[in-house]
Amino acid sequence: MNYRMMIYMLGWVLNFEAVFMVPSLAVGLLYRETESAALLLAILLCAFLGGLAVCRKPPRQKFYAREGFITVALAWFVLSIFGAFPFRISGCIPSMIDAVFETASGFTTTGASILSDVEALPRCMLFWRSFTHWIGGMGILVFVIAILPLAGGSNMYLMKAESPGPSVKKLVPKVKRTAIMLYMLYVALTLVELVLLLAGRMPLLDALTITFGTAGTGGFGIKNDSMASYSTYLQMVVTVFMILFGVNFNVYYLIYKKRFREILKNSEVFVYLAIIAVSIGLISINISGMYASAGTAVKDAAFQVGSIITTTGYSSADFDLWPAFSKSILVLLMFIGSCAGSTGGGIKVSRVMIMFKTVIKELDYIIHPNNVKKITMDGKQVEHTVLRSINVFVMAYLMVFVASVLLISLDNFDLTTNFTAVAATLNNIGPGLGGVGPMANFGSYSGFSKIVMTFDMIAGRLELFPVLILFSWRTWKK
Amino acid sequence: MRIIIVGCGKVGETLAAELSQEGDDITVIDRKEDKVERLCNAYDIMGCTGNGAGYSTQLEAGIKEADLLIAVTGSDELNLLCCLLARKAGNCQTIARVRTPEYSSELRYLKEELGLAMVLNQELATAMELARVLKFPSAIDIDTFAKGRVDLLRFRIPADSPLDQMTLNEMHSRLKSNVLVCTLEHGGEILIPTGDSRMEAGDVISIVAASREETPFFRKIGLQTNQVKNVLIVGGGQISYYLARLLCPAGIRVKIIERQMKRCEELCELLPKATIIHGDGTNRQLLEEEGIEQTEGFVALTDIDEENVILSLYAKKCGCRKVITKVNRLSFDEVIDSLDLDTRVCPRDITAESILQYVRSVKNSIGSNVETLHRISDNQAEALEFVIRDNFRMTEVSLQDLPLKPGILIASINRGGQIILPRGKDVIREGDTVIVITTRKGLNDINDILQIK
Repeated sequence: MNYRMMIYMLGWVLNFEAVFMVPSLAVGLLYRETESAALLLAILLCAFLGGLAVCRKPPRQKFYAREGFITVALAWFVLSIFGAFPFRISGCIPSMIDAVFETASGFTTTGASILSDVEALPRCMLFWRSFTHWIGGMGILVFVIAILPLAGGSNMYLMKAESPGPSVKKLVPKVKRTAIMLYMLYVALTLVELVLLLAGRMPLLDALTITFGTAGTGGFGIKNDSMASYSTYLQMVVTVFMILFGVNFNVYYLIYKKRFREILKNSEVFVYLAIIAVSIGLISINISGMYASAGTAVKDAAFQVGSIITTTGYSSADFDLWPAFSKSILVLLMFIGSCAGSTGGGIKVSRVMIMFKTVIKELDYIIHPNNVKKITMDGKQVEHTVLRSINVFVMAYLMVFVASVLLISLDNFDLTTNFTAVAATLNNIGPGLGGVGPMANFGSYSGFSKIVMTFDMIAGRLELFPVLILFSWRTWKK
Repeated sequence: MRIIIVGCGKVGETLAAELSQEGDDITVIDRKEDKVERLCNAYDIMGCTGNGAGYSTQLEAGIKEADLLIAVTGSDELNLLCCLLARKAGNCQTIARVRTPEYSSELRYLKEELGLAMVLNQELATAMELARVLKFPSAIDIDTFAKGRVDLLRFRIPADSPLDQMTLNEMHSRLKSNVLVCTLEHGGEILIPTGDSRMEAGDVISIVAASREETPFFRKIGLQTNQVKNVLIVGGGQISYYLARLLCPAGIRVKIIERQMKRCEELCELLPKATIIHGDGTNRQLLEEEGIEQTEGFVALTDIDEENVILSLYAKKCGCRKVITKVNRLSFDEVIDSLDLDTRVCPRDITAESILQYVRSVKNSIGSNVETLHRISDNQAEALEFVIRDNFRMTEVSLQDLPLKPGILIASINRGGQIILPRGKDVIREGDTVIVITTRKGLNDINDILQIK
């Protein structure tokens, strides 16, 4: 294994993390907050260690799938740990485990918080917390690839490990240009949302943090009641953008390139939008009794559905109080998740579609044993390797899920809380139901459970395999 | 440049690897998903599965925006169809590999009527390379520049040569030959020599020389140059056919050993001057019967690399003066090179090299001013041909005062058809064509050779 190259890459990740903290430092200096010192310290630490690691370029730059996957998994753990230092040093979050949980929740765009009083945090820390969402949304290594002049095609392994979806496709032949393109689309969409929120008279800091949270499909708010106290216009803007950020970014590239006919071929997006529409309809009818007007019911249903399916995790109403049918739909949406190639988490609509088709195919085999049938998606045959990796992904996903629920059950909370807590962290959503509902937080869990859920968040963001490879003894066996 | 390559075979892969490294946007098309997948993982390129001659596949690969389509699948018809379609669907140049002799005799017609930029016959190109080597057996490799006026000859210094333990400065004073040593390979390392570099027996050097100087120089250093009188070819494939056709008119007696009777009969009709032997070329007795010990040139052209290598080693042992080995797969080229084989050729590399040269010349017409580019010594060094235009900053400066970067050598200057082997007092003028030998990669402009102050 090419250890030198892995350390070199991790060094760059740390350097970039130092750079990413600079805007938060600026916010702190602007508001003259004493906690800025903690940010400065963390920046110096990251830059120093990162600088050490990158001062010499490794002689051999080639690396393969294994190194790529491990580097990505390690990078995310390193990011979460070093990103936690500002919280820990400033004393905003006294426990290191809590601080790492909060930061991992930020970078993985989960949005699950251990803080009971968010509003008590200084503004520079709130900004850093939300900014981690924005970075984590598109991916830190995609950013590194876009900036650094790295040679060779092996970068593709980094991108594959970090980008969500069953088969990662480049937009243009060069990895670097693809990464730049993705970030340009990301920045453009982010700016549009920011402008629309500012137009709705949202204060600048609120608008920035909410935009970061939406863009990365994260969900950290800077208010204790998340989004509930903002105006209807602002909530609607956020609803629309949450759903937009859950769409495969290839679609935006095709729009940018004016290749509209190819968009029609992307069935995943249409299924995704259909699921959203049906869910909003069903929940609106189900909760209409609780609301004075049908309009507010639809608005709240849309916000919650958009927030959960894209795995953002903002809330405009306490859906823990909703009827069981609505809650069940939301839990179902947690697992489906957003489109492949978006900033969202979950199993992904395309995987669910292919699995559904596999089940139909298997039924056909039973009815017509000599039947020959191939699974197709977007008019193309799905290769056996893709099918296999999806099946294995879902199996691994269930195993991690069950094991996590088992481990955090040691804290003796009720099943709904435990079940949805794992669902909310593994799918990078944020709020669950019961004890971890939209108006509650994860603070009451023990340190051990928080470590398990931190693992779940990173595993969920990287779609399991990089993290499983990192922790598998077979990888390290000589 | 945006380039689409149809066919992920040996040539397709070499092209994708080279061109993507040079910064071009490459999309490959192949019918086999796993081949596309493997290439996409190995190089920084995009892949597309499907029939390369399908309109929708070409659209998906971005034919509308492509600048060039290279069709190198196994089938000539498919290659031609790909190019034909690409001409209609997009506005790009096209290159097709066509290897069937019936088509290749009509190459010019195909090229003009179908609007192809380049049609390439891999076997013919390989045979031409072989013929050149056989006619000039002492040199290991020959590269031609300046439309054939300058040859770059690459050879191994023989054991008892006077060049052993001699520096370049000593060579000039003692041998009094007007030759220029361009590269010196010593123990797997290649360097651009200076006057103090010392040569040893067993090193590989490449030289540029005026053609009348070549023969006396080789005689002085103890290398035989006379052309072979007879050639034994094992394997009667397309390359053998083309090679025989090139050698026979030069008065070289050609003997081909082929395993299949049917092919023997075909060859017999096509090549009335050559001797066709029906038999197994790996049979030692047959080789001895056919006089391998009296054979001067031996060419192993069977389809199996291992057989070719073994046969060549045997031929070498029997005392053949010039042995050529065809190797298709080049994954273990260092191993093959460490054997005592004179010349190995790889049809894939020859094809890829010709296409690369063309692609580069197209690119050069846009940005830089490299006329031709040759890779020498396993791609470790490059020989580039530049035309000096008014943007060169150091015209009329004598070469010894030119602030060249290390690892760069000016090998020849072509001034109005006259070849100058440059010495320290010579100058570069506008309108000259110069050949630069370098171990640095990625020189795009003649000014890149200068140390920037």
